[in-house]
Amino acid sequence: MPAVSSQPEESGLPAGVIHDLGYRPYGGPRLGEGPVAWAFFLTGLRNTYGLGRSARSKALPMILLGLMLLPALILVGVLVQAKNLLDLDEQIVAYSTYPLTTQLLISVFVAAQAPALISRDLRFRTITLYLARPMRRAVYVLVRLASLTVATFVLIAAPLLLMYLGGLLADLPPGRETGRFLGAVVGAILLAACLAGLAALVAAFTVRRGLAVAAVIVVLLVSYTVVTTIQGIAVGSGHEVVGEVAGLFSPYTLINGLQVFLFDSPDATPTPPDGTAMGLLYVVATALTILGAIGGLLLRYRRVES
Amino acid sequence: MGVIETVGLTKRYPRVTALDHLDVTVTDGVTGLVGANGAGKSTLIKILLGLVPATSGSATVLGHDVATEGGRIRSLVGYMPEHDCLPADVSASDLVVHLGQMSGLPYAAARERASDVLRHVGLAEERYRPIGGYSTGMKQRAKLAQALVHDPRLVLLDEPTNGLDPSSRDDMLALVRRIGREFGIAVLVTSHLLGELERVSDHVVVLDGGRLLRSSATTDFLHATGSLLVEVQGRPDADRLLGQALVDAGLTARPAEGTMIEVEVRDETTPDVVRDLTVDLGLGLVRMQERHHRIEDVFRDGGAGSVQPA
Repeated sequence: MPAVSSQPEESGLPAGVIHDLGYRPYGGPRLGEGPVAWAFFLTGLRNTYGLGRSARSKALPMILLGLMLLPALILVGVLVQAKNLLDLDEQIVAYSTYPLTTQLLISVFVAAQAPALISRDLRFRTITLYLARPMRRAVYVLVRLASLTVATFVLIAAPLLLMYLGGLLADLPPGRETGRFLGAVVGAILLAACLAGLAALVAAFTVRRGLAVAAVIVVLLVSYTVVTTIQGIAVGSGHEVVGEVAGLFSPYTLINGLQVFLFDSPDATPTPPDGTAMGLLYVVATALTILGAIGGLLLRYRRVES
Repeated sequence: MGVIETVGLTKRYPRVTALDHLDVTVTDGVTGLVGANGAGKSTLIKILLGLVPATSGSATVLGHDVATEGGRIRSLVGYMPEHDCLPADVSASDLVVHLGQMSGLPYAAARERASDVLRHVGLAEERYRPIGGYSTGMKQRAKLAQALVHDPRLVLLDEPTNGLDPSSRDDMLALVRRIGREFGIAVLVTSHLLGELERVSDHVVVLDGGRLLRSSATTDFLHATGSLLVEVQGRPDADRLLGQALVDAGLTARPAEGTMIEVEVRDETTPDVVRDLTVDLGLGLVRMQERHHRIEDVFRDGGAGSVQPA
């Protein structure tokens, strides 16, 4: 009875046997601080878009990136197809205006991803495992912030790049377009740094992820709504300076004003900074926001128990 | 040379003194660090990793000064924290690879090492599932794997058996012993359970209230103990009969828990005497096991706070 006799052998031996080779020491290269920080940065950047994480965590960032690109795609399509018909000689929506038009999407992205990157390590106390490794505490904080900033920059700048390429395709003057686009890229970097800094700071103080998401959304959306409302009233009542000062208090209006001042971009707010003094105030406020967020984060993490 | 050496190491917090002039030398092999909760074990580990500065005194780990070469030490040392520290939404495999990179391994090497180390700690297919669904035992294994992934020269294991059921506890202790003996990695393992460390460590350091209570080879602790637990059956008063026979034979015997008898070991023939007497009485020998309690006795005899010079 071959069937019976072969039965015990088949069930007795597991299909895949793992042979114990014993412990093998590692004699290969060990990387220094720089490459380790770079690997940490890349992992953080990938995680922000859900890469290397579960399928569920890819959904939101990818949908937001798609929604950010969609209007740009339509604008480019109109520009390329109907340039002569509509007598267009520049972008339908200015590069510097685009982030304001899509500010809701950008805020949701930052609000969702800052806690995923920042609060997560604090809540699960995974940070202990990082601190027990060669990387210094300050480097950990700065690299985490860099990952979030670059991820946000990619989200803001991707549609701008699409519009720029579309503009070239539609035979807009290349020199002028390149200049405006580069100005917008600088604006996108600064906006990403402001948003990521503020969101990271809120997330670092809010260990519960759901609360952190809500807190960041509130900070970004409420500040933007309040600022634009004040600006609207200021214009209506003839107090432009009030509106210009109010513009300092939302990252979106701040960076847009900065671009108006630095690169003479078309203004997207009712009260852009008028005059050099106000323009410089916008520059200082931007620097303070970014450096303040970094400083606040470093202070916050000094108190995190290892 | 000692793997860890501390001289007059002191750590004061505003309200408590966590470590008080601690002089300890830890050598290769497995060293148990015993002490009640709050005895200063975790504080000592954090100072050794260069994460917390000492108030006074000095310490070296693998020849590096903890005050100035923390980064170098952390690249050579693996640390398994006492508390939960694993993110729920990644797999053990991904996490250990990532942390291997964070310890300075190139990506390909980190992958290979992670796979090796997860096999050694006994995480099979479940290593690809999110850690959130793991049992406590599996989490402890994953925590141990991340401490080993970069092939450290020393691992600091803070309460690795915490929260484990008895069989997982035995597995973990066996792993700790393997790391020290087979892997050739020096181990400092802490526990507040005194009995379990004597089974795996070559050397035991006892801390009490931040001070060194005792530091000596585990065998020294056990020598003083030597007693046997004996259980016999066959007659209702079997234990009393054997006890009397043992006392008549000149041994020190006393009733222990249940119907067992505790016999002081006089020399290596004592077990044979017990066996022969049992046979002579026509009883059945159910069990005869060594009993060591001695590490606990350090607390009982020495009395908390009475420091003996090492």
